[in-house]
Amino acid sequence: MSAGHTNPSTDAEASVPEKTPAPQLTARKRPLLDRIPVISHVRQSVGLQRGMLVGGLVLLTVFVIVAIFAPWIAPYSWAQRSVDGVKFGTQQPPNPLNIWGTTVGGFDVFSRTIWGAQTAILAIICAIAFSIFLGIALGLLSGYFGGWLDRILVVIADAIYSFPSLLLAIVISIVISGGRSTLWSGILSTAIAITVVFVPQYFRVIRADVVRIKAEPFVESARVIGVPTHRILTRHVLRNSLRSIPVIVTLNASEALLTLAGLGFLGFGIDATAAAEWGYDLNRSVADASSGIWWTSIPPGLAIVLVVLGITLVGESLNDLSDPRLRRRRRAGGAA
Amino acid sequence: MVLAAEEAVTADPLVSAKGSGLWRYIVIRFFLIFPTVIILVTVVFFLTRITGDPITAALGGRLPPDQLAERVHAAGYDRPLIIQYFEYIFGVFFFFIGTAITENQQVSQILLQFGSATLELAIYALIVAFLVGIPFGLLAARLRDRWPDAVLRTGAILMYATPIFFVAILLKLVFAAWLEWLPVAGRASTRTELLLQTLPNPTGIYLIDAIRLGNPDAVGDVLWHAVLPGLALGLLTAGVFLRLVRTNVIGTLGAQYVTSARSRGVGEYRLLTKHAYRPALIPIVTVIGLQVGLLLAGAVLTETSFEWKGIGFHLAQYILARDFVAVQGIVIMIAVIIAVTNFIVDIVAVLIDPRVRY
Repeated sequence: MSAGHTNPSTDAEASVPEKTPAPQLTARKRPLLDRIPVISHVRQSVGLQRGMLVGGLVLLTVFVIVAIFAPWIAPYSWAQRSVDGVKFGTQQPPNPLNIWGTTVGGFDVFSRTIWGAQTAILAIICAIAFSIFLGIALGLLSGYFGGWLDRILVVIADAIYSFPSLLLAIVISIVISGGRSTLWSGILSTAIAITVVFVPQYFRVIRADVVRIKAEPFVESARVIGVPTHRILTRHVLRNSLRSIPVIVTLNASEALLTLAGLGFLGFGIDATAAAEWGYDLNRSVADASSGIWWTSIPPGLAIVLVVLGITLVGESLNDLSDPRLRRRRRAGGAA
Repeated sequence: MVLAAEEAVTADPLVSAKGSGLWRYIVIRFFLIFPTVIILVTVVFFLTRITGDPITAALGGRLPPDQLAERVHAAGYDRPLIIQYFEYIFGVFFFFIGTAITENQQVSQILLQFGSATLELAIYALIVAFLVGIPFGLLAARLRDRWPDAVLRTGAILMYATPIFFVAILLKLVFAAWLEWLPVAGRASTRTELLLQTLPNPTGIYLIDAIRLGNPDAVGDVLWHAVLPGLALGLLTAGVFLRLVRTNVIGTLGAQYVTSARSRGVGEYRLLTKHAYRPALIPIVTVIGLQVGLLLAGAVLTETSFEWKGIGFHLAQYILARDFVAVQGIVIMIAVIIAVTNFIVDIVAVLIDPRVRY
């Protein structure tokens, strides 16, 4: 029982290398710019696809800039209820003091939305970093050595993969933080929760590639001439199985943010005084919406939408560009 | 669902060789439900117990230590973990998944009581998803890379990018708070709820109960309350369907048999609805299995936003109350539901795939 593909696009990708081995052979001769994943994709794309890719990249750039420069952009801190001894008041509509109004807790909506970018980016980076590392390591070892460990890991990965990430994340949050938490324990518990959910995806993709690659003649010849196993693993197998990682990373990044916000919305969030988190703010604004108060929910909600949109546009374009059935070619004659 | 792709392939020659192949596949696939459920129960059980027993987690600090120890002992949480584990695993197969700490009620009772509400919401959402996702997906595939495709794809990505609770808040703001067309929250107005309680043997599915009541006002009221939650949950799934239909139909539209049909003079509309659509449906059916998980997770968030008193709403309440026995039980039952749905979907996928039919 090998890790099967359910995603039609992954299926198509898996079948690409057999037909077109050329890029791998000539990889070293291509200019540096063409070998960096996202940049090479931009150069490859045309028309609508390029528009989507560039649009997504712009959104992501803005998000990263806001996250890095949050202390300078936000007028107040995320847990500030007053300035110069004057209280903001609760549920105040937008005014010169609080340009996007204040929340039910008396916080400045604009400041919390800006600071929320920082929390979001930290959670995404931690989650992706953990799950890539674990998923690749497990997939590589499991696929290369096989045996009973491989079988057990595949069954566990399949079981976890079929389960909704948010519910699994809830269970793991209970374990790690018992619910409430500070900035770092909150981010870490979310990141670890998301990691457990995502590892099976990386595991399956890497493992499937490794199983295919280890049967290739170049791996066998390396083994015959006595190359040490760790070198075969890292140099011959791993480097050739990382092809589909950028696409999964972008798809997972958006899911990571949605899971973070979902946990926050359900009450597993980070305390309002510890950090700003968009999902928590939306949770507090549900009651506001019923009475027509829009300024507490729209900014954090739109922030989530724009970031996920940016990530998804990039991911979608990368996916289409790596799938020859969906890729549009520069010359009219080659249009699929 | 994972197995479907390969099993279908490996089962193919088997099926054509002898008639018992399909039944063998169904039986094997049925027994594959158990490892999935056992693995998930094991993972969830040990994860929630790493930090200690659930009674201390829920009531620690609120009760004096001796009373706490007494309750822990009474519930059997001071026995060796491995014994508790086997007891729990056996319990799951007999639908006994613990007693909620905060209400002293069987978790399975809570599920039976509120499951119908979640089922009702999920059905509304699926109707919205099919009505929106499949026709627009076909349209986007047909008009590929022209402006309607761009609009529809952006719309689908937007539907995916918007967290379901933000959709809920936006719908509430526009249709309930500003336009005042639709109710803010709940499954029915208080009057209807009281009417429904008079019904003997209620199904818990309000629409059916209201129809049985024979009161058109009650039916209207129930449907009126279902519009916003159904839309919020349905649009999320519709976005996924749209993208899937589009990608798969584009794939089949490029297939050689479609080109040959076109050269025989088959009309574009018929090509799309007859030739390209049917084979594109097979991967979609398989993906619906995964959607059930997404739908249930989405239901948790939708119910919380609209105070729709189903399983998800209560799950969120138990999370806030730190009642981890209830949370654990609900999560495990959702795992069972997903495993069973995946089994059904796998069987359906085999049945509708003409390559496996004989």
